[in-house]
Amino acid sequence: MEVLQWIAQIVSAIVVIGFLIFFIRNVIDAADARGLDLGFGWMDEASGFPLSESVIDYDPSKSFGYALWVGFLNTLKVSLVGIVLATVVGLIAALSRLSSNWLVSKIATVYIDTIRNIPLLVQLFIWYFAVFQAFPSVQDALRLPGPLFLSQRGMYMTWVKPTASFVTWALIFVAGVILSIIVYRVLLHYQLRTGRSTYPFVIGTLIFVVFPLVGWFLVGSPPLQGTVPELGKFNFSGGLRLTPEFAALLVGLVIYTGAFIAEVIRAGILAVEKGQVEAARSLGLSQSQVLRLVIMPLAMRVIIPPLISQYLNLTKNSSLAIVIGYADVFFVGRTIINQAGRAVPVFLLIMACYLGLSLITSFIMNIYNRRVQLVER
Amino acid sequence: MTSASETIVRPPSGPGAIYWLRKNLFSGWFNTILTVISLVAIVVVVGGLLRWAITVADWSPVVENLKLYAVGPFPSEELWRVWLIVYMVSLLMGISAGKWRGTVLTFAMGLGAAYLILSLFPMSLEYLPLNTRLRLAGNVLVLAAGFVIGLKLPIKSLWIAIAFGASFVLTLILLGGFRNAAVLPRVETGQWGGLLLTFLLAAVGIVASFPIGVGLALGRQSSLPVVKALCVLFIEAVRGVPLVTILFMASIILPLFLPEGLRIDRVLRAMIGMTLFSAAYMAENVRGGLQAIPSGQYEAAKAVGLTGIQTTSLIVLPQALRVVIPAIVGQFIALFMDTTLAIIVGLLELLAVGKAVLNSNPQWLLLDMEVYLFIAAVFWVFTYSMSFASRRVEVAVGLGKR
Amino acid sequence: MKRRMLIALSALMVLAMLVTSCAQVPAAAPAQQEVVEVMVEVTRIVEVPAEGGEAPPAAVAQKMLNIVQDRGKLVCGGRTDLVGFGYLDSEGNNIGFDTDLCRAVATAIFGDPTAAEIVPLTAAERGPALQTGEIDLLSRNVTWTSSRDAQWGNFTTVMFYDGQGMMVRGDSGATTLEDLDGATVCVTTGTTTEKNLADAFRERGLEFTAVTFEDTSAVYGAYEDGRCDAATSDKSQLAAVRSGFANPDDHMIMDITMSKEPLTPAVPTGDSQWFDIVKSVMWVLINAEELGVTSANVDEMMNSENIPVRRMLGVEGSFGQEDLGLSTDFAVNVIKAVGNYGEIYDRYMGPDGAAFTLPRGQNELWSKGGLIYAPPLR
Repeated sequence: MEVLQWIAQIVSAIVVIGFLIFFIRNVIDAADARGLDLGFGWMDEASGFPLSESVIDYDPSKSFGYALWVGFLNTLKVSLVGIVLATVVGLIAALSRLSSNWLVSKIATVYIDTIRNIPLLVQLFIWYFAVFQAFPSVQDALRLPGPLFLSQRGMYMTWVKPTASFVTWALIFVAGVILSIIVYRVLLHYQLRTGRSTYPFVIGTLIFVVFPLVGWFLVGSPPLQGTVPELGKFNFSGGLRLTPEFAALLVGLVIYTGAFIAEVIRAGILAVEKGQVEAARSLGLSQSQVLRLVIMPLAMRVIIPPLISQYLNLTKNSSLAIVIGYADVFFVGRTIINQAGRAVPVFLLIMACYLGLSLITSFIMNIYNRRVQLVER
Repeated sequence: MTSASETIVRPPSGPGAIYWLRKNLFSGWFNTILTVISLVAIVVVVGGLLRWAITVADWSPVVENLKLYAVGPFPSEELWRVWLIVYMVSLLMGISAGKWRGTVLTFAMGLGAAYLILSLFPMSLEYLPLNTRLRLAGNVLVLAAGFVIGLKLPIKSLWIAIAFGASFVLTLILLGGFRNAAVLPRVETGQWGGLLLTFLLAAVGIVASFPIGVGLALGRQSSLPVVKALCVLFIEAVRGVPLVTILFMASIILPLFLPEGLRIDRVLRAMIGMTLFSAAYMAENVRGGLQAIPSGQYEAAKAVGLTGIQTTSLIVLPQALRVVIPAIVGQFIALFMDTTLAIIVGLLELLAVGKAVLNSNPQWLLLDMEVYLFIAAVFWVFTYSMSFASRRVEVAVGLGKR
Repeated sequence: MKRRMLIALSALMVLAMLVTSCAQVPAAAPAQQEVVEVMVEVTRIVEVPAEGGEAPPAAVAQKMLNIVQDRGKLVCGGRTDLVGFGYLDSEGNNIGFDTDLCRAVATAIFGDPTAAEIVPLTAAERGPALQTGEIDLLSRNVTWTSSRDAQWGNFTTVMFYDGQGMMVRGDSGATTLEDLDGATVCVTTGTTTEKNLADAFRERGLEFTAVTFEDTSAVYGAYEDGRCDAATSDKSQLAAVRSGFANPDDHMIMDITMSKEPLTPAVPTGDSQWFDIVKSVMWVLINAEELGVTSANVDEMMNSENIPVRRMLGVEGSFGQEDLGLSTDFAVNVIKAVGNYGEIYDRYMGPDGAAFTLPRGQNELWSKGGLIYAPPLR
């Protein structure tokens, strides 16, 4: 029996390794025969193509490697913002669906059942080409208070930009945050030990507010300066800009993932047994305490694992950006393959980006899961 | 899934209506505000959409290209093959409906209603010709005939299952045909398209990924470290990357990995990509089923003297697979929607046909809303009815409640 | 060094498999014999480079023409999404200028224009598809550039001379690139156009924002909607698209040419006979127009007194058809099936063209002041 198992293992390993060797050999042969470049030397060459959107400075004279990095940051940007908003949408939809108001509950049901049954790609097409492109032209931009302008070119809004003294102020700000957390912890600990009210939350918040405020005046010139969008010949300049590509991708991902998250949260809340809530009530806990101390911890245990996998799905689905022209890592990678013809190395880099992200996520999830699961017994 | 909201309240008729309204819509100021806001939102959204659909929208890119949406560039003179497949499916659906009734019957009736609506659809005969309408109506008859057969004749369930499997194989043979054959000439896969290709990609993906997924799941549970490591590696690697990158690999990188002169058909490559992707998720679903088997089952099997292989194949797998049927249906639906990604590797599935239609006539370039909404509606009809049916089956079989 | 080890390892592995399979063979049953033979075959192939060292593995490649003939069809990389060049009619047939070039080559080999299987390729796929030999011919309005020639394959003969243009709204008043400082420009990604755009603006020190899409229709949809101030692409494409806009007169193609865009069919590297075949077919199309041979009059032209016409149609003498492995009268079949160069052009882009109307311009024959020129067939 033991021998058989060993043979099975060796055979399977040999088959897999054999396939790998077969593939690698073929690639090397192809590289020899057709002049494919398998190295990574091209990454330092100037890219020569523009990107519509980047978090950091980019122009066509930057290298291919840098362009790919810009794409990766764009993926992170849309994923992080998307995760936060999708959670909010999902929570609202879940609570609406559980609402005692028949109409609200039905609307949430229709939303969830419709959105989950239409391919995300189709939804992205609709959002981008049919909705965001139908906004008023940039000359007739919709002006909202702020000022905030809505047009086909995206959303331009008043924003702040850092000045020379920003770094000093940021340090003071961070110091304030750390101090407030320490004070909160210490006071809370003291309160728990002695039973005397020390108002940890109030004092902590006070420090959190006072530090940056004092720092603002201490650093001399204001560390942040407002910038207001102004209409030039072709476009607005200044202010913060959200491109329609980003907006469409974000809205598409948020609406789509939100519907899935709603079901995850609803299942989690429904999974909390009635007896738990009743037991907590009979102990004399208030409504908010029941929610905070009993329902949420119990529900979270059920919600967190599928929720994280929805976050991961959102991140992976952001690769569909390619159809609406948002320059994420997959988009930039494909452009590089087109422009530089290095299919294999670029592909490996793209895979590495996504695998890295999901490895990090599952690592965090495992840690969190372990902590939450401890609550069980 | 909707059981909670479905069982909430149904408006009672007669004098109870006002009570119902007050209880469910206007209990307290908060609920009243919510109700009013919701009503306004419904009127604005639905009303606006309806007005747009009837007065503003120009549906000509949809109406004038129905054949393209259905089968893509499939040669017109070979269309009888597709019809034959549709008839075959209708017959089998009818027989199953007669045999099992219940949800299957509801489903079959829905199918029949869809055929009827399509065959009588009020639009020009130029775009939905008479013979197409007749064929659609013919399918209703086939469906009904199948129902009677299933009702009257004692057909074993196993035979119906085998017939479904055979029809799948027959479908592939019918569509592909044979090279240099006089009777059933080859139709290149490049000419498969539209909804037909969408269905094929999903069906092949799910059918082919099933054995691989079960194997991977067993491998992952196995006590052999090398096998286990390989399976975990594959599953996690595939699940960690988006489907587009896998399709992209299948379309561009895979040819590089093959020896010179060996070419794999493009549609087949996409199918391979879909299958590998689906297999990793299938493995996780099956693993869920395996973990749901209480350890008592293993111990009992051992006590009876079964070997490891016998335990797995006779005791564990049958139970595990039964548990995961809903998950597999869910995966099929997801894969069905994911086939749209094939547009990124240049296959002419339903969404790509929509794009091609928009491109085929410059006057249609700006009619994207119409085309995409139509495609969204088509997907919705299929996926919603599939998930509806699976939910009903789940309840009927008593799955999901353990 | 590493490679050698890999190869040796794989050879060893196959050997091991061979040994195990042999061990299971009890007697010399014919069916099992075959299995062993196949195994030996595999071992031999794998072992050759290990012994020979530097011997290239695919040195004796089969000729492309034979491969295509055995397969019974020509696999041609095309597209389905560019009106006039490669698009679908309402029956789902792939038609267009580029597609007809594929059909011409298929006709030259098989005498049957439907023997071409058009594989729609995305912009990202066309290079790799050519490199891996997945397609026999790439005819997907590809611009011929030196680096593509070096990396992708061999480019045959320019079949369409184009140049990159810029389309703007008439009311913007822009006439030069300088007027577009700060503008938003829509462009197809992964194209030469995209890089030319960046170069043109950078060398003038102008600011611009690019909005890039993979899909051509997305580019023009976004432009017409107003997402961009300008759209840039090959002039033929701009003209094609503009003709379809709701108000074509509101849009203006600026009178500048930012680059040369010679659109050229390409073949995989490594088979000069195949390369010559495709070139000859293209030359036949051009020469046929020059000699006045059309799909309508090709039969009577076979009785023509004109020697070059007789030679082209295979009635008298030869222009190398046999050397290429084609039938003597392949030109007749080609012209009958798709017409001459001018006919193909007019079918889609002529005054009564199926797609749009674009004056021949540079794509007029050399004898009429254009650039279309082919070597003599003799």
